[in-house]
Amino acid sequence: MAPQTTANPGLKPTPLKTDVAVDLIGVHKWYGDFHVLRDISLRVTKSERIVICGPSGSGKSTMIRCINCLEEHQQGRIIVDGTELANDLKKIDEVRRDVGMVFQHFNLFPHLTVLENLTLAPIWVRKQPRRDAEDIAMHYLRRVKIPEQAAKFPGQLSGGQQQRVAIARALCMNPKIMLFDEPTSALDPEMVKEVLDTMVQLAEDGMTMLVVTHEMGFARQVANRIVFMDEGQIVEANTPQAFFDNPQHERTKLFLSQILH
Amino acid sequence: MSDIATTTDAKLMAGPAFVRTKPVAPLPPPLTEAGAIGWMRKNLFSSPLNIALTILSILLIVWIVPPLAKFLVIDAVWSGAGRADCLASPTHPEMGACWAYVIDKISFFTYGFYPIDGRWRVDVFFVLLALGVVWMAWLDAPRRDLGVAYFFVIMPIASLILLLGWPLIGLSKVPTTSWGGVLVTVVVSAVGIVFSLPIGIALALGRRSHMPAVRLFSVIFIEFVRGVPLITVLFMASVMLPLFVPDTWSPDKLLRALVGVSLFASAYMAEVVRAGLAAIPKGQYEAAMAVGFGYWKMMRLIILPQALKITIPNIVNTTIGLFKDTTLVFIVGIFDFLMTVEAGRSDPNWITPVTGPTGYVFAAIFYLIFCYGMSRYARFVEARLAAGDRH
Repeated sequence: MAPQTTANPGLKPTPLKTDVAVDLIGVHKWYGDFHVLRDISLRVTKSERIVICGPSGSGKSTMIRCINCLEEHQQGRIIVDGTELANDLKKIDEVRRDVGMVFQHFNLFPHLTVLENLTLAPIWVRKQPRRDAEDIAMHYLRRVKIPEQAAKFPGQLSGGQQQRVAIARALCMNPKIMLFDEPTSALDPEMVKEVLDTMVQLAEDGMTMLVVTHEMGFARQVANRIVFMDEGQIVEANTPQAFFDNPQHERTKLFLSQILH
Repeated sequence: MSDIATTTDAKLMAGPAFVRTKPVAPLPPPLTEAGAIGWMRKNLFSSPLNIALTILSILLIVWIVPPLAKFLVIDAVWSGAGRADCLASPTHPEMGACWAYVIDKISFFTYGFYPIDGRWRVDVFFVLLALGVVWMAWLDAPRRDLGVAYFFVIMPIASLILLLGWPLIGLSKVPTTSWGGVLVTVVVSAVGIVFSLPIGIALALGRRSHMPAVRLFSVIFIEFVRGVPLITVLFMASVMLPLFVPDTWSPDKLLRALVGVSLFASAYMAEVVRAGLAAIPKGQYEAAMAVGFGYWKMMRLIILPQALKITIPNIVNTTIGLFKDTTLVFIVGIFDFLMTVEAGRSDPNWITPVTGPTGYVFAAIFYLIFCYGMSRYARFVEARLAAGDRH
């Protein structure tokens, strides 16, 4: 395994073990015969912000969904905050508690109010007293700037507001790592900024973030590293400046020329 | 027409440019569009086919309603002590419905052979049940979680003690063989619903389970029960079961029928619930798992509340079917409501040519009221869900 991982462009010089938030080592995944993830190795250190981009079908979403085990990988190792994801369901639930996820389509619980959406998991999974959970929920609602919507149902909010609620819902579990799966792709254009602003704020607070997005402005502003994927492989990974100004791989150059008009 | 023409600024209409100089005030619609005439034109006489259907319907009504009204109301006998009052006589030449018989037998129809001094217990049971049904059916009721506990746990146990009796607390024992009438119909339906919903949910979850053994069991159970008529299930429960267990174990006849009906209804309920589960987007499961919920909490707190809510109309429809199917328990010798009506027909004190039809009309009205009520409720819930329900 070791020579493979060092050869992979996704890897930075080995940091201290305790600084590693997520470690993917030679991960492979198949959907039936289709080889979606091919030898993915990526080490994410704490407080690092990684933006993952690439054409659709390149395996970006699948990769971050493997990190909280919404998808199973078939080969290789995934270690999240020191816990290796194996078939142990208890461990998977433990990892999921510490890894927040924000989805493209928000996936708020429509039968619960905004406040209940935020407190449900802290109360039932973290066993927090209701009062504490509500205080924390209101704190995060203020941070995403919609405390006045607490009593409403998700269906009454705009897309941008719903996505901010979804971010707050993930934060209420006090996660160590946040995964974003195309958080702005389903939004009307005028609502993208409010969600990105929330994410920028989160980055400034030192959250470890893995973000699948096509928002290149956000990537330039926030990312420590940009990972470009194509056909299930990591093709190139670099700092934003080097990535945008001096892409190395032909595929990266083509992709950038297509998205940066 | 001339009226309207004068209000139009006619000369301006001639050229390509137009500026309105005086506003057009709203006028009442012509008579052919509004009011009774307008409604009839639109709904009854809009096309030749519609006209033909309207005429046909009127003829049908004229053909059916007067004789029915004559039999049920005009010639009907409302009070009396026995068959002589309902038979034709010089003062009452044409026989009509014998409502006196229904009124005389109403407590037999309601309680069957339940001891007269214990019938208050049945009344209390009806009240307990009504309370539970209202609590469950009223979507904005306070503490619906308590309502669920009441409906599925407290009420069944209290009813069991109340109806069967418990000598320790001063309620004498009443064997189920003396239960009858509406009591049995309601007990069989209520037990069917109270048990079929949880079992149905379990089977529906089982059928969607990732564990092959659980899935296989659920599929076999559901498909087997749905592939067999209720009568067969009842026969099996009441005739075959005693063959396999010793006499002393042999459960009560009513209990056997209850088990049969409950299992039968469970299979149908399972399919209804499964449809509801299938309608919940995958994202809801993923969001629940992503915040660390395990399977059971995810189902209880996130998936089932949504799935059951959209399933309510179908659950009610299944309940209507179950309510009517309970009449089949007569086949294993249980005196449900319809059977008491049937038995009352041959009471020598009331035997007349019109006793049977009167009893059946009464039974039909009884079932109609209940089923129509449930059907209206399902429509109401559907309309409320369709209105988006704000969320």
